[in-house]
Amino acid sequence: MKLTKILMATSALTLSAGTAFAEAHSGESPVAGEPMADSMTLVSWGGAYQNSQQQAYVEPYLEMNPDVSVTWDERSAEAVANLRAMFEAGNVTWDLVDVVAADAIRLCDEGLAMEVDHDEILAPAPDGTDASDDFGDLIVSDCFIPQIAYSTTFGYRTDVEEWGGETPSDICAIFDLETFPGQRALERRPINNMEWALLCDGVPKDEIYDVLETEEGQQRAFDKLDTIKDQVTWWNAGADTPQLLADGEVVMGSTYNGRLFSLIVEQDQPVEMLWDAQVYDLDGWIIPADLPEERLNRVLDFLWFATDTQRLADQAAYISYGPARESSAPLVGEHAELGIDMAPHMPTNPDNASNTFVYNYEWWADYRDDLDAQFQAWLAQ
Amino acid sequence: MSDVVDNPANAMKQDRSLLSFAVPLTALLGAILGFVGGQAVNQPLAGFIGGAIVGGAIAYVAGTVLADQRTTGRWAAVGVCAVIGLIAGGIAGIVSGILAGAVLGWVGYWLASGDYRRGVPPYSTSGQVLWHNTFLFICGLIFFFLIAPIMVIIPLSFNAENFFTFTPEMLSLDPEGYSLKHYRDFFNNSDWQLAMRNSLIIAPFATLIAVSLGTLAAIGLSQSDIPGRQAIMAILISPMIVPLIISATGMFFFYSALGNWLEANLGFSQELSGYIKVILAHGALGVPFVIITVTATLVGFDKSLTRASANLGAGPVRTFFKVQMPLILPGVISGGLFAFITSFDEVVVVLFVGAAAQKTLPWQMFIGLREQISPTILAVATILVCISIALLTTVELLRRRSEKMRGMSPG
Repeated sequence: MKLTKILMATSALTLSAGTAFAEAHSGESPVAGEPMADSMTLVSWGGAYQNSQQQAYVEPYLEMNPDVSVTWDERSAEAVANLRAMFEAGNVTWDLVDVVAADAIRLCDEGLAMEVDHDEILAPAPDGTDASDDFGDLIVSDCFIPQIAYSTTFGYRTDVEEWGGETPSDICAIFDLETFPGQRALERRPINNMEWALLCDGVPKDEIYDVLETEEGQQRAFDKLDTIKDQVTWWNAGADTPQLLADGEVVMGSTYNGRLFSLIVEQDQPVEMLWDAQVYDLDGWIIPADLPEERLNRVLDFLWFATDTQRLADQAAYISYGPARESSAPLVGEHAELGIDMAPHMPTNPDNASNTFVYNYEWWADYRDDLDAQFQAWLAQ
Repeated sequence: MSDVVDNPANAMKQDRSLLSFAVPLTALLGAILGFVGGQAVNQPLAGFIGGAIVGGAIAYVAGTVLADQRTTGRWAAVGVCAVIGLIAGGIAGIVSGILAGAVLGWVGYWLASGDYRRGVPPYSTSGQVLWHNTFLFICGLIFFFLIAPIMVIIPLSFNAENFFTFTPEMLSLDPEGYSLKHYRDFFNNSDWQLAMRNSLIIAPFATLIAVSLGTLAAIGLSQSDIPGRQAIMAILISPMIVPLIISATGMFFFYSALGNWLEANLGFSQELSGYIKVILAHGALGVPFVIITVTATLVGFDKSLTRASANLGAGPVRTFFKVQMPLILPGVISGGLFAFITSFDEVVVVLFVGAAAQKTLPWQMFIGLREQISPTILAVATILVCISIALLTTVELLRRRSEKMRGMSPG
C-alpha cells in the first residue's frame, strides 16, 4: 500500500535529519487582506493531542493576530453526528473540525464538509513543492487536510507479578491468557479488534480483509475474541486506557500511541509499548460546508499557517505523532519540555514499524454499519 | 445508674453481662477492624486475632477499672491502637490505628456502661433495644452511602499524579504524593476559566427568569377561579417530568431557529444569541421548581390578608410586594436556589443548545471526563461542593434571621 511507503520514507528522512532549518517562511495566505471574523471555534479531541495543537500553532497564530480569539470544542469523537444535527438545524457553530480520515470521507460524501483545492489553500513546502505533492497520498479525500499519522497500539504494565518476568513481544499476547493473565482494555468497536483476532488465529496479514468479508471469517474473529471476552474492559475514549493502565485495572490495553507516549515518558508510569501489529491511521482538518465568507476567510488564514511545514514539525515536539508533510520530517527534533529525541517514539520509526498493519478504511466504509451492529450484539451476549 | 451499682446483686449481674455481652461484641468489632487493617500489610489472621484481643481488653477495662474515667479510657484506647498501628504499618498505620482506637473506645464504653439502652424506655425488651440500634445503624449507613462517594473525590483532588488513583505515596501520607497543581490548573487554564465565567453568567440570569415567571405563575394558579388550572400546571411542570434528553432535542431545533432569527433580524452576534438561547432554555428548566415550592408556601397563605390590604387602600401591586411577597419569600428563595442549581449542574441541554463559546462547568467536566481524564475535574468538583455547602448554609441562615426578625419561629 502506498500509505506505508510514504510513512516509511518519512521516517527514514527523520533519522537522517541533522540540519535544522531556519524558521521556514511560508508566505502569505491567499485570503490575506480580506475581511475576517475575529473568533474561531476549533473542534478537536482534548487531552495531549489538543494540547500539541494549541502549543504548536494556535498560540503562535494568536500571538500574530492578537485580536482573534479561539474557542475549543472537544467533540471530535461525535463530529459526524453533531455536524449532521447542526446542518439540519441550520446553525453550524464550528469553524474547523479535526477528524480521522474515515470520518472525513463520510462527511465529504454527505456534502457536510467543504471540498478544497489543496494547492490553493495550503502553503507549499519550503523548497517550492506543491502542497498536494508534499502531503502526497495522505490526502485521502477532497475535503481532508491531513495533519498527522498516528497508530493504535498496545501498552502493557511492566510490574505484573503473575507473568513471572515474561513480557509481551507480539500482538498475540493479547489472546494468550496463560502466559499473560489479567484484564485487557480493547476499544468498544469492531475496527482493529477483528483484524487482530484473525491475525492471531493464523490468517496471513494480506488476506485479513478477504477473510473478514465472509460470514465464516467474521464468526472466526468473534470466536477468537470470545476466548478473552471475560477478561476485557471495553474503552470508548482515548484517555480510558492510560487511566486504566495507571490504576493497574488492566495489565495491557490498546490506545493511540501518543496517549501511551504521554503515559510512559511524561507521566513516568511503569508501562511499555508493544508496537507489534500497530495500525496506522490519519487525522486532519475538515472545513464545514457553506461557512459565511468572513468566518471562512479566518479559517483559511489560520489553516495556511497551521499546516505549513514548520508548524507540523513543531507539533511533533509535543506528541509522538508523525507530521503528514514529507517536508516536515527532517525538522522533527526534540520534545519541547523533556528534551528527548522524538524520532524513536514515532510510530513510523523503523524499530517500531517492523510489523505494521494498514487499516483499510475503504473496506470499513462498506462493512462498518453491518459489523458495528454484529459487534454490539456480540458484546451484549 | 448509681442506684443500680449500689446494689451488690445488680453489680454482679452487670459484671456478668460485661463478660458475656460487651467484651465479646467489642472483641468481634476489633477483630473485623484488625482483619481489614491486617489485610493492608498482608497479615489478616494476625490482625484478626490481635484486633479481637485489643477490642475485648478495651471493653473489659471500660467496664471495670476505668468505668468512671471515660475520657481517660477512650484516649488510652486511641493511644494503644495508634502504637499497634505504628508497629504494623508506619505513618498510615498510626492514622488507621487512631481511627480504630477511637471507634473501639467509643463502642467499648457504649456497650459496657449500658448507654446503648439510653434511647429507649427502660422497660423495652432486648429485641426492641436491638431494633432501635439497628435502625440507627441503618440510618448511619444511608448517610454513609450518600456522603462517602462525594468525600472520596476530595483527597483525590490533591493527587500529585495525573490520574484518578490513590498512589502509594498518598496512602502512606507522604507530602510528596499531594499537590495543589490541579487547583492551579483550574485557575490558570483558559478553558476552565471560560467555563466558570459562563456558568456564573448563565445561572443567575436563568434563575432570575425562572423565579419571576415561576412566582407569578404559582400565584395565578393558586386562584381557584382559573379555568383549566390542572392542565396549565401540568404543562408548566412538564420540563421536570419529561426525560431531559427529549426536552433537549426539542430545544435544540427550537432554539436554533430562534437564534438564527435573532442573528438575521436583530443583528445579534453569534455569541450573544448563544447566551440568550442557553439562558432561556435553563430558565424554562428552572420554572417548575419555583412553581412547586411557591405553590407549597401559598397553601399556608391566608387569603383574607390581601382583602384586608385592599380594604386599607393598597393596590394589587403594593399588596403583592408588601404583604404577600414577604410571607412567601422562603418558598421563593428555595425555588430560586433549586433553579440556580439546576442551571449550574445542567449538562444535557447546554450541550444541545449551546455552542462551545457557552460551555459551562458541567460541560467542561463532562467533556473532560470523556476525552482527558484529568484530576482537575476533581479539583473543580471539590470547589463546587464547597460552594454548594456555603450557598445552602447562607440561605438557610438568612431565612432564619428574617423569620426571627419578623417574630416567626423557624420551621
